[in-house]
Amino acid sequence: MSKWVINENLCKGCGICIARCPLKILAFADHLTSKGVHPAAMTDEAKCTSCAICARSCPDVAIEIYKEEK
Amino acid sequence: MAEKVLMKGNEAIGEAAVLAGCRYYFGYPITPQSELPAYLSKRLPEVDGVFVQAESEVAAINMVYGAGSAGARVMTSSSSPGISLKQEGISYIAGAEIPCLLVNVVRGGPGLGNIAPAQSDYWQATRGGGHGDYRTLVLAPNSVQEMADMTVAGFEFADRFRNPVLLLSDGVLGQMMEPVSLPDPVDYDIDSKKWALGYNSKEKHERNLCSSIFLDVDELEEHNWHLYQKYQVMTDLFSTGEYKDFAVEEHLCDDAEIILVGYGIISRILKTVVEKCRKRGIKAGLVRPKVLWPYPAHVFERLAKTANQFLVVEMSCGQMVEDVKLSVNGKKPVYFFGRTGGTIPSDFEILNEVDKLVRPD
Amino acid sequence: MKKIFSRPESMSKKPFHYCPGCDHGVIHRLIAEVIDELEIKNRTIGVAPVGCSVFAYDYFDVDFNQAPHGRAPAVATGIKRVRPDSIVFTYQGDGDLAAIGTAEIIHAANRGENITAVFINNAIYGMTGGQMAPTSLIGMKTQTSPYGRDAATAGHPIHMCEMIATLESPVYVTRVTINNPANLMKTKKALLNAFTLQKEGKGFSFVEVVSTCPTNWGKKPTDAHKWLTENMLPVFKLGTFKDTQGVEKS
Repeated sequence: MSKWVINENLCKGCGICIARCPLKILAFADHLTSKGVHPAAMTDEAKCTSCAICARSCPDVAIEIYKEEK
Repeated sequence: MAEKVLMKGNEAIGEAAVLAGCRYYFGYPITPQSELPAYLSKRLPEVDGVFVQAESEVAAINMVYGAGSAGARVMTSSSSPGISLKQEGISYIAGAEIPCLLVNVVRGGPGLGNIAPAQSDYWQATRGGGHGDYRTLVLAPNSVQEMADMTVAGFEFADRFRNPVLLLSDGVLGQMMEPVSLPDPVDYDIDSKKWALGYNSKEKHERNLCSSIFLDVDELEEHNWHLYQKYQVMTDLFSTGEYKDFAVEEHLCDDAEIILVGYGIISRILKTVVEKCRKRGIKAGLVRPKVLWPYPAHVFERLAKTANQFLVVEMSCGQMVEDVKLSVNGKKPVYFFGRTGGTIPSDFEILNEVDKLVRPD
Repeated sequence: MKKIFSRPESMSKKPFHYCPGCDHGVIHRLIAEVIDELEIKNRTIGVAPVGCSVFAYDYFDVDFNQAPHGRAPAVATGIKRVRPDSIVFTYQGDGDLAAIGTAEIIHAANRGENITAVFINNAIYGMTGGQMAPTSLIGMKTQTSPYGRDAATAGHPIHMCEMIATLESPVYVTRVTINNPANLMKTKKALLNAFTLQKEGKGFSFVEVVSTCPTNWGKKPTDAHKWLTENMLPVFKLGTFKDTQGVEKS
């Protein structure tokens, strides 16, 4: 089980994380942030493998990834 | 004071810098100051110091910016065209308030000019030189002894005011040999500056930043007024405060009808002229500014009440004369005599000028 | 929950002022991660350039100097000579490093200063609004090459790694990019190598990161890496040009 957290105040809606997600489970949210952008959002957290490619690709270091410890 | 040794002016600066705790020199070769880097390239390694011959004056001044940021006592030297190249870095250094010592052994300009002694960089030295609202403290020695003493004082002033200090010399002072008493050595600690980069890296503390950028207009205005206030403090200290006697030398001014004004090497010629005048019954006196910025205006304000006229002599087409006029403020006439292009005026020529002013018939 | 990924310790909390999709942010983060991993935060001193990354000092929680345009390697030289135990890195763009600061970078490299130079090459001047850079591609349209860069009048793109690798003193000269996750990890490794070499006192290292400028290239952030891959990488070939210590093999 993974937990995907975005700091929407940092997200500029560039979409790089969405494009790079291997499972294509990220998408632009419908709402706008205070910056006036549609932030990235998780659509299916259950599928997330916490590979962190999205977080490592984020130019604004807006994403944090957590994983359930076994 | 140690016993006297015979030294060239440029070398005296180098040895005094080492004794003042300076362990870092960054420079680029140019005549007529080459004895100074040559001396330090030999001397600094003896005291575990660093001498770097940079790829340009531009690089050298930025190495000074870096070393000063890191808390060191650091210096560079050059001559007129090289000092022009350093102006970018000097502006950043002044903006970021980094202490350092700069030496300009002035030669004839503009452009490549020549390598003969000149005083034609006065405006550049005292008006800032580079871009922006800033000042450098400018010291003007007139002997090899003062080259040494003002080097030590320059490092002290630089640290005290967190400001670049410029030693304005010329080819005569740089090359001439005189006996000099060297100052006592200073044990300088680079961790004495808490604002410096790399300060006490063993303990956790607020990070330090050396920067001259203030993108927000309000922040830059606040910074510029902060610098201005610092310059006001310096002006007060050199006019009425602690350093008022350091700032200027007066010779036979109390009863003088005509005051001769000159700095650096010219002041030594003017002293001879004053003596010759006195022998001929002309009441002449000499004012020698030893600090060119802040300018010792207070002396001229006082003497404008007692003297009849002022004659400013420079090795330029007339630059410092503007500061004398500003200081005398129209109360008495201020005249100018100068030679330029590397020519040093003789006492005879200057005496002629005095004669014309004192005995106009 | 175990933390898999979060902001490195050596980064400040300040949001980047960079445009959406700008590579500066990722490269900043990689440097901060390297500083964390090598446990050198308290003794690292950065030198910020003039250009988009002029405010780099705001984003790292380490001491910083903000240098004049092109002069970061000279400033870094001064700092490192005074504080040889510090880890000193410069961060410069292509206008800063490969145009106005060509002399400073070449000579810092040639002196073998024990510093790490990070060079962001995105083939354009960003902060001033997208002018032609020394690394702009032939035919590339910019604000000051509206008909495309013409080799006959503006010369060819400068290859800094190749030039610096001709010098004897540098110990590590490499060109990397962050156009995909695999290359991004290689960039991290290159930065780790470069900082490690400095920490061990080995000498001058140079890491060129071929990067994007979506805004001034007129590309969507997601298209910019594709454009970089297709247009920049054939000109700026990835690889290590010098590795005298064999750091990549170890």
